[in-house]
Amino acid sequence: MASVTMEKLTKVYPNGHVGLADLDLEIDDGELLVLVGPSGCGKSTALRMVAGLEEITKGELFIGEEMVNDLPPKERDIAMVFQNYALYPHLTVARNIGFALKLAGVPRKEIDQRVREAARTLELEPWLNRRPGQLSGGQRQRVAMGRAIVREPAVFLMDEPLSNLDAKLRVQMRAEIAQLQRKLKTTTIYVTHDQVEAMTLGDRVAVLRDGHLKQIAAPEELYEFPDNLFVATFIGSPAMNLLQGTLEIDEGGGGVSLVLGSHRFPLPDSPAARRPSLHEAAGRPIVVGIRPEVLADPGVGDGSTWRNPAPLRGTIELREALGSEVVLHLQVDAEAAIAPDARISAALDEEAGQVLEQRARADGATVVAKIDARSRARTGDAIELMVDTERLHFFDPESGLAIRDRD
Amino acid sequence: MTTQEATARVPVTTRGRAGVGYRLHQALGTIPTFVLWGLVVLWSLPTLGIFVASFRSETAVRTTGWWTVITDPQLTTANYEAAFSSSGADAPDMWQHFLNSLAITIPATIIPLAIAAFAAYAFAWMEFRGRSWLFIGVVALLAVPIQMSLIPLLQLYVGGAHLSVFGETLTLFPDLSLAGTPPAVWLTHIGFGLPLAIFLLHNYMSGLPRDIIEAARIDGADHTQIFWRLILPLSVPALAAFAIFQFLWVWNDYLVALTFVGGQPDNAPLTVRVASLAGSRGQDWHLLTAAAFISTALPLVVFFSLQRFFVRGLLAGSVKG
Repeated sequence: MASVTMEKLTKVYPNGHVGLADLDLEIDDGELLVLVGPSGCGKSTALRMVAGLEEITKGELFIGEEMVNDLPPKERDIAMVFQNYALYPHLTVARNIGFALKLAGVPRKEIDQRVREAARTLELEPWLNRRPGQLSGGQRQRVAMGRAIVREPAVFLMDEPLSNLDAKLRVQMRAEIAQLQRKLKTTTIYVTHDQVEAMTLGDRVAVLRDGHLKQIAAPEELYEFPDNLFVATFIGSPAMNLLQGTLEIDEGGGGVSLVLGSHRFPLPDSPAARRPSLHEAAGRPIVVGIRPEVLADPGVGDGSTWRNPAPLRGTIELREALGSEVVLHLQVDAEAAIAPDARISAALDEEAGQVLEQRARADGATVVAKIDARSRARTGDAIELMVDTERLHFFDPESGLAIRDRD
Repeated sequence: MTTQEATARVPVTTRGRAGVGYRLHQALGTIPTFVLWGLVVLWSLPTLGIFVASFRSETAVRTTGWWTVITDPQLTTANYEAAFSSSGADAPDMWQHFLNSLAITIPATIIPLAIAAFAAYAFAWMEFRGRSWLFIGVVALLAVPIQMSLIPLLQLYVGGAHLSVFGETLTLFPDLSLAGTPPAVWLTHIGFGLPLAIFLLHNYMSGLPRDIIEAARIDGADHTQIFWRLILPLSVPALAAFAIFQFLWVWNDYLVALTFVGGQPDNAPLTVRVASLAGSRGQDWHLLTAAAFISTALPLVVFFSLQRFFVRGLLAGSVKG
């Protein structure tokens, strides 16, 4: 058992590509931290640096109190589960699991006992004498887990361990990993590109992009209070809707209204309105984030408990019935927000920027709403949905950072 | 992709689908089976002829064709008895030469295999300075023609190599008086077998999944343990393929053996002895038929017992290169 501390961890490849830039992370003893991000964001690089498979260009890495930058993997007291399991194809399941113990010179009796114990935990006992080639994907995954837990290491490292499984098995194994980790209380770093996995497994989730840490927080906090546009759109499915709007201070009062195209949402009592930073942003363009579930169909009594609903009018372009809920794609009279990346590239080319903005204005915006399954809204209908104005997100269009006051 | 078997299969199919190989395979697939059987018969006929002739008497061999056994089946093992006989000054004594061949072939197969396995692992999985240049150098040795090096090697074996520097004699290679001995032959074969062995094994080993090696490193294995416990067992197909290659090549070699032990008929391997059996005017070719089959027996056994590795190892070595 140990904590893992990364201080300004940096990876620069020989070709000059920066894989990871000044990553500061502290993983507590017994915590499960998820590193999540799109491919190439540096999450696997970070994990492999902890494992000792990748050299650390700059910065310091501690496991427990010890600086391990220059220690080989075998001296770091870690175990790793690979994406494709990396089982030894010529060895039986029992010998796969016991391999590390055998190398460490553990007596055979003890190896047998510990292997059997691990196999029991993972329900692998009937297959101990099989070879990996004779096992199903889920069983192989379990063997890989067994190989890690049998060593009772200080830290587990998991590199997308579920991405080679089919969807149903993935959900099942996800729950098993969560249970196992809670039982063993071993510090775990879990890398994934799947935000659902990140949200369900992590005590905390670190979102990475292009080698930079974008935010680290507990899953709920990440969802409720994204620090920037990237995290806001990366976490949550369907993704958060982003619209271009302006904030206006109401005449003769402290109230603030949000103007979105032809819509005007008063935000009088909402906590958002009381925030000084929102007042400061008044008059300037702003990016508004609306999560799909913050929209509701009043026709079926949905959203009736909301304190500050406001109507959003639109035309239904597409209706996707999922059974438990309905996803609507609405064409609304508002301006779609241009993602900060597009804005940056547009800044280099004025013409491209103009094209982008014109298109955003001309096309209007598509808003995705997740509403009650009883809704009778049909494709082509003009509809009025309710927006919970207390749960809107606001971002600065230039920096992409959230506009909110840190509580 | 987890098992080495799976990774070996994937590149073959994916590459084959688009490439020339696949189209060739398709085209060949349209040839009717009876045509192929015809080719097989045509190809095997001479071998069959010699095989039958080896059981016919000296006069029969000289007067009629081997196919006459169909109407006049008179078979004898006299040729084999003569070939194995060891009495007399110039007796064929094939058994002795069979042992000579083994004495040359076994070390000439095992030693380069052992050296090349270590070297291939280092080239494939160890980081060191100048690795790729050294590897290119080794592979470039494949291009050295053996005929060119026969005389220098013979000089080396007879007198060693010495350098005169400022009146002092510096011995680079001692005079081991190897000429005419089996070590002279197998040393040469080792030298010329190594580049191919390293190349073949390197290609195979570097194709093994990186994750497995990394998993072993995390499990606490060092290079020695990774080599013995993972790489070697996983490389059996490639090792077997090279072993067959080298075995057949050395067993059937005539030129090297003639050069280095030609002067010592007692040490000569089968090939050299078989060639001399025919007699100076070819009058003894009935003996030749039996001797040829004696010398073919072992390669046939080796090939058929290991041929399953042979095909797999060849594919792995070539496709992954």
